Amino acid sequence: MLQLLWLIPAIPFLGALILALVGRAFSRRMVAVVGVGSVAIAAGISLAIVPAALALQAPYTQVLWTWMNVAGFRPEIALYLDPMSFLMILVVTFVGFLIHLYSAESMEQDEGYSRFFAYMNLFVGSMLVLVLADNLLLLYLGWEGVGLCSYLLIGFWYKDSANGLAARKAFIVTRVGDTAMLIGLFLLFHNLGTLQIQDLMHRASVQWPAGSPYAIAAAALLLGGAVGKSAQLPLQTWLPDAMAGPTPTSALIHAATMVTAGVYLIARTHVLYSLAPQVQFAVAVVGAATLLLAGFSALTQPDIKRVLAYSTISQIGYMFLALGVGAWAAALLHFMVHAFFKALLFLAAGIVIDALHDEHNIFRMGGLRKELPIAFWTFLIGGCSLAGLPLVTAGFFSKDLILWNAWASPHGGLGLWVVGIAGVLLTALYTFRVIFVVFFGTRNTPVTHRPRYRVIVPVAVLAALSLVGGLVKAPLLAFLNSALPALVEVRAGFLTELLSAIVSGLAFATGLGSAYLFFIRKRQYADALAASSAGRRLHAFWLADWAFDWFYDRAFVRPVVWMAAINRRDAIDSVFNAIAWLNRSAHFTLSRSQTGSLRWYAAVIGAGAVIFAGVILLA
Amino acid sequence: MILICLIAVLLAGGVLAAISARWNAAMARWIALASTVIDFALVLFIWINHAGQIALLNSTAWLEQVNWTWIPQLGIHFHLAIDGLSLLLLALTFFVGAFSILVSWTEITESIGFFHLNVLWILAGIAGVFLAVDLFLFYFAWELMLVPMYFLIALWGRERRARAAVKFFLFTQAGGLLMLVAILALYFFHYRSTGVFTFEYVDLLNTPLTASTALWIMLGFFAAFAVKLPLFPFHTWLPDACSEASTPVCVILASLLAKTAAYGMIRFLIPLFPNAAREFAPVAMALGVVGILYGAVLAFGQTDLKRLVAYTSISHLGFIVLAVFSWNELALQGAVMTMICHGLSVGALFILIGALDARIHTRDLDRMGGLWSTAPRLSGAALFFALASMGLPGLGDFVGEFLILLGTYRDHPVFAIVAAIGVLASTFYALRLIQRAFQGPNVHRVAMPDLVYREGFVITLMAGALLWLGLNPQPVLRTFSPALHALETTVQIHRQ
Repeated sequence: MLQLLWLIPAIPFLGALILALVGRAFSRRMVAVVGVGSVAIAAGISLAIVPAALALQAPYTQVLWTWMNVAGFRPEIALYLDPMSFLMILVVTFVGFLIHLYSAESMEQDEGYSRFFAYMNLFVGSMLVLVLADNLLLLYLGWEGVGLCSYLLIGFWYKDSANGLAARKAFIVTRVGDTAMLIGLFLLFHNLGTLQIQDLMHRASVQWPAGSPYAIAAAALLLGGAVGKSAQLPLQTWLPDAMAGPTPTSALIHAATMVTAGVYLIARTHVLYSLAPQVQFAVAVVGAATLLLAGFSALTQPDIKRVLAYSTISQIGYMFLALGVGAWAAALLHFMVHAFFKALLFLAAGIVIDALHDEHNIFRMGGLRKELPIAFWTFLIGGCSLAGLPLVTAGFFSKDLILWNAWASPHGGLGLWVVGIAGVLLTALYTFRVIFVVFFGTRNTPVTHRPRYRVIVPVAVLAALSLVGGLVKAPLLAFLNSALPALVEVRAGFLTELLSAIVSGLAFATGLGSAYLFFIRKRQYADALAASSAGRRLHAFWLADWAFDWFYDRAFVRPVVWMAAINRRDAIDSVFNAIAWLNRSAHFTLSRSQTGSLRWYAAVIGAGAVIFAGVILLA
Repeated sequence: MILICLIAVLLAGGVLAAISARWNAAMARWIALASTVIDFALVLFIWINHAGQIALLNSTAWLEQVNWTWIPQLGIHFHLAIDGLSLLLLALTFFVGAFSILVSWTEITESIGFFHLNVLWILAGIAGVFLAVDLFLFYFAWELMLVPMYFLIALWGRERRARAAVKFFLFTQAGGLLMLVAILALYFFHYRSTGVFTFEYVDLLNTPLTASTALWIMLGFFAAFAVKLPLFPFHTWLPDACSEASTPVCVILASLLAKTAAYGMIRFLIPLFPNAAREFAPVAMALGVVGILYGAVLAFGQTDLKRLVAYTSISHLGFIVLAVFSWNELALQGAVMTMICHGLSVGALFILIGALDARIHTRDLDRMGGLWSTAPRLSGAALFFALASMGLPGLGDFVGEFLILLGTYRDHPVFAIVAAIGVLASTFYALRLIQRAFQGPNVHRVAMPDLVYREGFVITLMAGALLWLGLNPQPVLRTFSPALHALETTVQIHRQ
């Protein structure tokens, strides 16, 4: 069964190729069959290999061909299946399939229907290469491939220049991180002589002592790639703008899968981070800071998709926090659960947006509980899972595990735990802000469109998964820990696992209660708070993502644009033009002396003779 | 003998095309196309015929050679030889050469016979450069490229073509003359130490020279190659020439002529002067890196598409200089890979811009926008090659640039890191090009036909080749690696 592994990325690639080459000639039905069918087959194969993968004693490697073989550098096109990559391909293909199914209906009226599915299939293929890659170069191929698809899909509605701008921003900002990662690959190959991940990890642990400067540099450079792709500080600025793309894209790429690639990369190369404790601590700090900053920004956004985007940044912050304290498996558990509930939230938000004729502003929504019951219930379930409603939602279990580990891990501490708890409060607050504003209160915009089955089935399935996904916690952790080192809990003290869970539940309740108070009972409190002078300033500051864009624009964008604009005519050329000019002037000067007047010649000859004689006599 | 055929077919085809055009213009086109296709087939024949020999790594012998005495008194031989490196560059030459004739099919309407004569003679000159192993013959072929190119720019270009043609001629001629002086100096120094007059490459490899003499002679070669490539700061003729010349000429200029310079560095400059080159390396590499960034920033500021692509070309060629002067196996293989892939991607971009220009009569980005809706195939193709040019993994350019940076990092990490930033900078101009031309609103209400079958065929083959080189470059890498290995061994011996 495992021999079929290569088909899992290959079939979506094939779908993309067919749609790109002849998709324009297809009927919409045919496009949907190819586009959704290819991912469905990939998901089917992933399910079919479950028994074989669970029975696997050692990781399975499938070598397809040798990519290149130059002077001892020998990366292969090879796939590597272990519990970690297996979990990833299951989530990518399965959530990917549901989102493709949803798009088949929601994008049906779009003129770029086949182009959309071509890009989406290309994305799924690249993402699968990313997670299955057995060496870092192939991983980088998938990494850039998903970045490309992200760019193409953010700018999918290309006729609006704003979308193109958002798309370019996303590509360039993530590529800043990718460049760091690329340099990291040079460093790793130069010092360890391979890019094959397992060899690399083995050699690193043998050759480099803990705290070795090479390990620190390599881990930090890979972290650069990870923060770019996963929209963590300081490269998080592209993700909120990326919401310009179609909603299924935001669900698949900018919530469930691609943006978690950074988490996967760090987990995959965890040996390096264990060798570089400073960098690993930096991962935790980045995660903690990001989850707070993005949480505050989410509180202020009026655009429903931007709220969800900041929430994604914040939730990935939790995953980074988990990675930073060495809770590798917990990070991946939260990745899976997050893929379920965040895809669900986006898809449910998509139903609302489509129903209200492309309205994104939550304050123009309102009162949709009765009008769009499916959107309401599924969004509520997704929101509860995101905010971590205790005991019944999957999000509670995965986040709770991270919180406990943030304290109990040898790399953890009280500070990280407190930040995590504060994040829970914020998450509940901004999530229920959206739910109360959108689905309760008075109706502001009439509903013009209602979902049919191809939209309803995916959200229903994802809603179910967002609730019960936490039940697999224990077996999944055991499965993952066969590939990743388990966390050793060293700290107990006054905080126990139960107490941590209770505090997190209380934080959730406080957030929910405040949202209820501010957005249902006493709306005027929220308005008064936002209208006060300090409130207004803070609101504007958070709304503008802590002025990161403002700073980058002045520090990087404008200087480069200025440099290109000022030297458009190429200053170097003026040097050569000066040489040409000098020659021509010499020519004109000399030719002007050729007057044809005999007296002038005689005078010049005489003067010349005198000067020469003078020079000779004086010398 | 087959090597003589390669060049003779082009020279004769050129004359034949010029004559036949008197009666039938289409005939001239078909003859020119047939000549390049025949040559491409011959190269493939050599490749297949010697597959066994190529597979033997470390086989340093030539695959084929002809050696005729030309002027014995002066030690000049008509000596052509081919190894894996020349083989692949010849394949590129004829592949792209055939396409440049195909894209001129409707663009060139005046003096069709003379046009094809010039194109084929340039290709003959390029083939001569890749094959010559007698320095006199090499110089002869080098200059053979010059005159037809001057005519091609001066006769079939746009309004300011005369200035661009003269600029091209003066730049390259200045470089070429310095190389001639250097060749003669080497020739006489060789005579002084051995008593033998020879231009033979293999003999001259062992010329004993003092360090300063070697440096000066090397600089003569370097001048010719740096101008032709072009390397920063000798690059300013290229944007002018590209913006004035017709599309097929741009393709030849950027895809092929540049490669002769890179080839000259790999085959002649470093092996003839290994120690001088090592001393000079930091300067050359710094120029390469500056060129990478400078070209990228300049490309970002351009609004004329041909100038834009010309500057991207300067940026990419900087990588090759970086690789050649870092001179290790990884970087060198990357350099040759980049030569091939850059030839394809930049050639395809020029072809697409030519197609666009023929339809909407402008190359000004300010007068475009939203073209995707009216010509999706052309736009999609442009996106593909723009992505290749920004080094997207899976396409050939990435393999080349990655190997170059990986190899450069070994001895010169700082240069490699700065050059990696150049890869990032390529994102800026590539995405800007796509955005300004093909996306956004179609404010100028441009409507135009999409690619026709002839153009689609050319573009599909080039895209397919880049994809193949990106995903399975090993057959190509294996073909030229013995040749590079032999050169490296030579240099290794002399550096000790």
